[in-house]
Amino acid sequence: MLSFDNPAVRIDKLTKTFGKHTVLNELSFDIPRGKITTILGFSGAGKSTLLKHILGLMHPTGGKIEVLGKDLSELRPVELREFRQKFGMLFQYAALFDSLSALENVAFPLREFTKLDNSEIVSRCHKLLDSVGIKEITRDNLPSELSGGMRKRVGLARALALSPEIMLYDEPTTGLDPITTHMVNDLIVSTSEQSKDRQMTSIIISHDVRASLRISDFVAFLDRGNIVEYLPASEFANSKNELVQEFVNL
Amino acid sequence: MTTESLKSAPKKNYFYRLIESFGATILESVEGLGSYISFTLNALSWMFRPPYRFRLVFEQLYFVGNKSIFIVTLAGSFTGMVMAYQTYFAFNLINVDSLVGTVTAITLAKELAPVLSGLIVAGRAGAAMTAQIGSMKVTEQIDALEVMGINGVQYLAVPRIIAGTLSLPMLSALYLFIGNIGSYFVGTKFLNIDEAIYLSKLGEFMFLEDIWQGLIKAFFFGFIISTVGTYFGFNVTKGAEGVGKGTNLSVVWGMIMVLISDYFLTSFLIQVL
Repeated sequence: MLSFDNPAVRIDKLTKTFGKHTVLNELSFDIPRGKITTILGFSGAGKSTLLKHILGLMHPTGGKIEVLGKDLSELRPVELREFRQKFGMLFQYAALFDSLSALENVAFPLREFTKLDNSEIVSRCHKLLDSVGIKEITRDNLPSELSGGMRKRVGLARALALSPEIMLYDEPTTGLDPITTHMVNDLIVSTSEQSKDRQMTSIIISHDVRASLRISDFVAFLDRGNIVEYLPASEFANSKNELVQEFVNL
Repeated sequence: MTTESLKSAPKKNYFYRLIESFGATILESVEGLGSYISFTLNALSWMFRPPYRFRLVFEQLYFVGNKSIFIVTLAGSFTGMVMAYQTYFAFNLINVDSLVGTVTAITLAKELAPVLSGLIVAGRAGAAMTAQIGSMKVTEQIDALEVMGINGVQYLAVPRIIAGTLSLPMLSALYLFIGNIGSYFVGTKFLNIDEAIYLSKLGEFMFLEDIWQGLIKAFFFGFIISTVGTYFGFNVTKGAEGVGKGTNLSVVWGMIMVLISDYFLTSFLIQVL
């Protein structure tokens, strides 16, 4: 299993049970800083539960998680809330606030957490929306007036608004057509490259094998609550693990 | 096993299942009540912690209060008019029709204005609160807030609870005022009660405590409706179907709790005021 010095996320014997059902079973692995790491797995493997633990939205039944060197279990709820500002997250269906326009969605975290004046916020939002390729004419549209791909782009711009140290992507290409899927994947890579100077870490939860191998630096495979394979993306397709081979060759 | 016992077996099973189902319903209700109380206490604790989002409170005051004015005015005016008619025909039999205005006003102030405006708000704003928050939950918008480090209960529930609690006494006061105008109009113009007698009896028998009783009740009803509305919103599951189910439960339970709490508030306030 790969291990890294000073990782962005260090997971140590993480266990999560719901009643008698064990979702994560003494899971241990490191996620390196400044790289794109994808966690692959079948539905119900525990990917979303793992993501919620990294965000501190769920508390482990056993084990611990260190994010950017901090043990999440030692943080008080107020500290944990502040700590979450270091994260950005692109949700599966973007999770844009449906009562706010595209521009106001991006402005939302800036209005909540910075003391910038309105003109500065609007100017920053335009820059962010430029960077994800949202045309000016659609920026005042409500999320319901945007296509799935556009919503994802606005969601990405919102997630990047506070310059996060860790960017999480929850199945970013699910439900998109092949061209938009390609575009979103390219956006993930370009976002990571643009943030290389500040070592932004990207963590992707996905079951799109081909895209993961193309855009990731490292790929982990989660099965029944444990990491069964964890390799650099270039070596992942040659894994000897039967389950991984089955998944890759599907 | 005898033939007799075989015949009785299904009956026994049915009876057993009935008790089991009754017990399960009671357990579920107690669990639900506990969960509601826990949610309400959590919301109350977030109410007094910064940041204070006054803009959201004003938005909700506009939605719960201003947007309910038309329906409350309509219901208030007709309630007052109907009350005046019904009271008149009963009181006329014993020659006390001069008290029509007084009885209508006291009934409106103590019961009808707070309860009926409460039921209207439960059906209109309570349901909307559940639908708004519920659809935000199923589309992960509440998760998005949490990931940003914003507490969903503080951001979504607290402004609605404050607005609901403050709006209902004002709507109830409006209901009372409009209802009395309706009653005065019907009583003096159609039922030929002398205007001076109508007003003098009103001044003689109606007290400020009667109005206070209704306003205090409306305050609690507003709190109950908005906590029930937001509670069911946060507990929506299973997509669009869940939002519909949650909205339905919110209206039903909002109304039930208004009616039940009305009895207890009345018995308490009668002793206190």
